Amino acid sequence: MRLHEEMEHYRNVLIVRLKGELDHHTADGLKQRLEDALLHGRATHVLLNLAGLAFMDSSGLGVILGRYKTVTARSGRLLICGAGPAVRRLFELSGLLKIVTLYDNEHEALGSLEVVS
Amino acid sequence: MNGSNRMILSFSSRSENEAFARIAVAAFVSQLDPTVEELNDLKTAVSEAVTNAIIHGYDGNPDGMVTIEARIEGDTVSIIVRDEGKGIEDLELARQPLFTSRPDLERSGMGFTIMENFMDGFEAASEPGKGTEIRMMKRIVSKKALYN
Repeated sequence: MRLHEEMEHYRNVLIVRLKGELDHHTADGLKQRLEDALLHGRATHVLLNLAGLAFMDSSGLGVILGRYKTVTARSGRLLICGAGPAVRRLFELSGLLKIVTLYDNEHEALGSLEVVS
Repeated sequence: MNGSNRMILSFSSRSENEAFARIAVAAFVSQLDPTVEELNDLKTAVSEAVTNAIIHGYDGNPDGMVTIEARIEGDTVSIIVRDEGKGIEDLELARQPLFTSRPDLERSGMGFTIMENFMDGFEAASEPGKGTEIRMMKRIVSKKALYN
């Protein structure tokens, strides 16, 4: 299975909905497409919706950590929603949960931004 | 089941084979009727070992070969992932969580930690210039525990 993503700009948030498998093979392409969207778009924050991910390994953690750095360097926030139990376990193991908050769905994640900004 | 049931798979060190490798192992292990979680643990561990072989063992060169040996004995699956790449100089350092020799590739440094946590047994052996061998083991128990 390959990786597909759907991107949508909502106000100053880039919403990225991932579908498929995020591994080393698919990570590089995703990284490039996300960097392009951040470079050419006007988004401050990024919301990753992982509800459609069928598989993720440590290569996915690398892409997410990399984008966390890009977004926070621009004073934005990286938000994650829809993570299944397997992905949550990877986040816990890697310590990612110490820097990123997980939300159940896009509505909840976007709501948290409106309170903050 | 009497005796052991084995399978050996060798493939080119190309990243598109990472999905093939984990799906092939998952298909082989499916005869033990694993839970979704057990199967995901196995697929993730295999994916980490194969990715390490491709990125680090062969430095991304697609001409190498990665070999997986899997063995089912009773309710236990043993998996060996082997490459004949450059090997790991300092295995203890490589096993540290968040350590990566390739921060330029945005590696998270979590591969070994994930394999150790997702499997019931884990050993790594490596010789610089010769290659690396990862041995992992997992008992498939959850469903049987539910039924009994």
